[in-house]
Amino acid sequence: MARLVAAMSGGVDSAVAAARAVEAGHDVTGVHLALSRNPRSYRSGARGCCSIEDAGDARRAADVLGIPFYVWDMSTEFADEVVDDFVAEYAAGRTPNPCLRCNEKIKFAAVLDRALALGFDGVVTGHYARLVTAAGSPSSEHTAELHRAQDAGKDQSYVLGVLTQEQLRHSHFPLGDSVKSDVRAEAARRGLQVATKPDSHDICFVADGDNAGWLAERLGPRPGTIVDEDGAVLREHDGAYAYTIGQRRGLRLGVPADDGKPRFVLDIEPVSGTVTVGPREHLLVDALEARRPLWCGTAPSDPLECTVQLRAHGAEHRARVEVEGDLVRVRLHDPAEGIAPGQAVVVYVGTRVVGSATITATARVEVGAGDGR
Amino acid sequence: MTSENSERAPAVYLDHAATTPMHPEAAQVLTEQLARTGNASSLHASGRAARRVVEESREVIAECLGARPSEVVFTSGGTEANNLAIKGLYWARRDADPARDRVLFSSIEHHALLDPVTWLASHEDARIDTTPVDRQGRVVVERLREQIEADPASVAVVTTMWANNEMGTVQPVDEVVALAQRHDVPVHSDAVQAAGYLPLDFAASGLDAMTVTAHKLGGPVGVGALLVRREVAPVPLVHGGGQERDLRSGTVGVALIAAFARALEITVERQAEVSARIERLRQRLVTGLVQAVPDAVVNGDPEPGPHHRLPNIAHVTFPGCEGDAMLMLLDAQGIEVSTGSACQAGVPQPSHVLLAMGYDDAAARGSLRLSLGHTTTEADVDRLLAALPQVHERAVTASLVRGR
Repeated sequence: MARLVAAMSGGVDSAVAAARAVEAGHDVTGVHLALSRNPRSYRSGARGCCSIEDAGDARRAADVLGIPFYVWDMSTEFADEVVDDFVAEYAAGRTPNPCLRCNEKIKFAAVLDRALALGFDGVVTGHYARLVTAAGSPSSEHTAELHRAQDAGKDQSYVLGVLTQEQLRHSHFPLGDSVKSDVRAEAARRGLQVATKPDSHDICFVADGDNAGWLAERLGPRPGTIVDEDGAVLREHDGAYAYTIGQRRGLRLGVPADDGKPRFVLDIEPVSGTVTVGPREHLLVDALEARRPLWCGTAPSDPLECTVQLRAHGAEHRARVEVEGDLVRVRLHDPAEGIAPGQAVVVYVGTRVVGSATITATARVEVGAGDGR
Repeated sequence: MTSENSERAPAVYLDHAATTPMHPEAAQVLTEQLARTGNASSLHASGRAARRVVEESREVIAECLGARPSEVVFTSGGTEANNLAIKGLYWARRDADPARDRVLFSSIEHHALLDPVTWLASHEDARIDTTPVDRQGRVVVERLREQIEADPASVAVVTTMWANNEMGTVQPVDEVVALAQRHDVPVHSDAVQAAGYLPLDFAASGLDAMTVTAHKLGGPVGVGALLVRREVAPVPLVHGGGQERDLRSGTVGVALIAAFARALEITVERQAEVSARIERLRQRLVTGLVQAVPDAVVNGDPEPGPHHRLPNIAHVTFPGCEGDAMLMLLDAQGIEVSTGSACQAGVPQPSHVLLAMGYDDAAARGSLRLSLGHTTTEADVDRLLAALPQVHERAVTASLVRGR
């Protein structure tokens, strides 16, 4: 039996995860993380993870499970580590993933550290991922391996790719072997009111889902131009942060391209705010550089034949990875499109997560026939 | 599935300022009266019987608090009584003279008063002035004098609580009343925390209105009263059947009122003895606490006595420590305390009372309110003292982790 903090978002997954931890005989305390000083400003109810309604849903789930429940105020940490970083990354022309950042800095850092200091043994969450140890069950004496979840459609190992061995050893993911429909059915069977609550989507601190509008409020107008690959100005814009590499919709270019084909955002230059657009095939890259690696165990010492995932719920790409200290070089066996600096590359061998790093540069090295570049 | 508390020792309940256990006699009256049928406004025998219970209860409550029965206006509790007092008096005074648009209130009022006052500012164009407090949490009467005398004709109402709910510091209500009376300004006092532990005499106080509630003194939740002098007519919040002098419409809750009266009667009867016993327990608590955690700071007025402090509240700051972490660790051992501050979605906000007393944000977050009551025993205090060193050490570690 372990003394565990169950991070309860108010959603169905974390409620069932907590229930399973209780049933496994652990001494579980429910904790809801308050991530905003003003909870009303965050997404409410069905779709978010940090509103007043969600805190109430989490509290009711803890009541049903018969476990103590508290709200931990992580709003300062969340603002500093996640929200400010999100804004700064967009301002620098990159595309960050705040969920990874939250797992790295809040859920499995600030929360876990606090839990350990208060005498708990670890943290249980409703993430869909599996932990495997040599002994077959998570234990602090053995190396903990992070693996993809059974339910490929729900697999969240990508957003957990930032966790270190120490963090993994203190983590419990009771939903890793389950499929979502079973989790919902189990919630209903256990009398949890959140059984039918819709899944959360998008970014919890962007209240209305309007990412560009939310950023515009914080970054203000930063006018720049949209240009084609020859540098010809197609139109002006109010802020490059409204654009993401690979974006096609909402460019409002007016005149069609010479070849009449759709154009995509290929590059964002943050200082001048220049957004370059071009044809889809120019989105393809096969070489990545990434920095600030975080390894679930030891760093790979030799070039590693593996697969990589480049965005949440994205495809797996066959790749070869080489590590030189802080630098991770990734060569994709087949080119992939729409890869933006700021995104995380998560490295897998089979279903096992090796580690992650933040993409800093992309390139096209091997140009295929008819590629035109 | 296991149920919370199922395997724990009986709780050590040190949160009597939040609510205190009902006196068994009051609970008995409540259940007896709940079985009765009868609307106290009805004219038939059942109605008359219900009305008799209400009026007898009103007489008991008036007697206990030094008021006349007609001055007792039943409400749903302290919050409603405060709202009726502050909004009702503001409207009545402003209606009589539009120049009266100022509300003077102390900086340490409970949210049940603070929020209606700020509502008056935002919705009724009231001008509001906060009277500061000293380091012990006591209103600085001299500053109130300046505030009133700056323009006496514009003051609609003055309000100062009898004793603060976080610190237990007793306020200079008699001085506030004397000051206001010189300018014919009505005074209200929220005596919710004081009523259980100090002798109160509404007539002698010179107050125009005073708030009390049942559940802080061994009665049921859901009933309270505003004592209103007969000459004073606040504008009602709730309109309808004209019950309670037309000040608070709605069918009166006979059983709640009867249980309230019984609880207050018992409280007043035993007050001298119980308050003295609780004061001794509080001293045992703070003495032992400072021994267990030498850097702990006991806040408020240290001097015992009805003009200084409530006997049942100990408010303590633990430097470099988070109150909510200590609360959780104590809770895990069945020891129930409060951080004393308001919550928003369960998020502890730094106490406006401590901030008003000149403490910083960190001190405000690192505090606990331990409040004793009629059921508290020496063993309860000793269990807290035994648990405290380890709890404090862990909470300090957790706080260091956070500051990293």
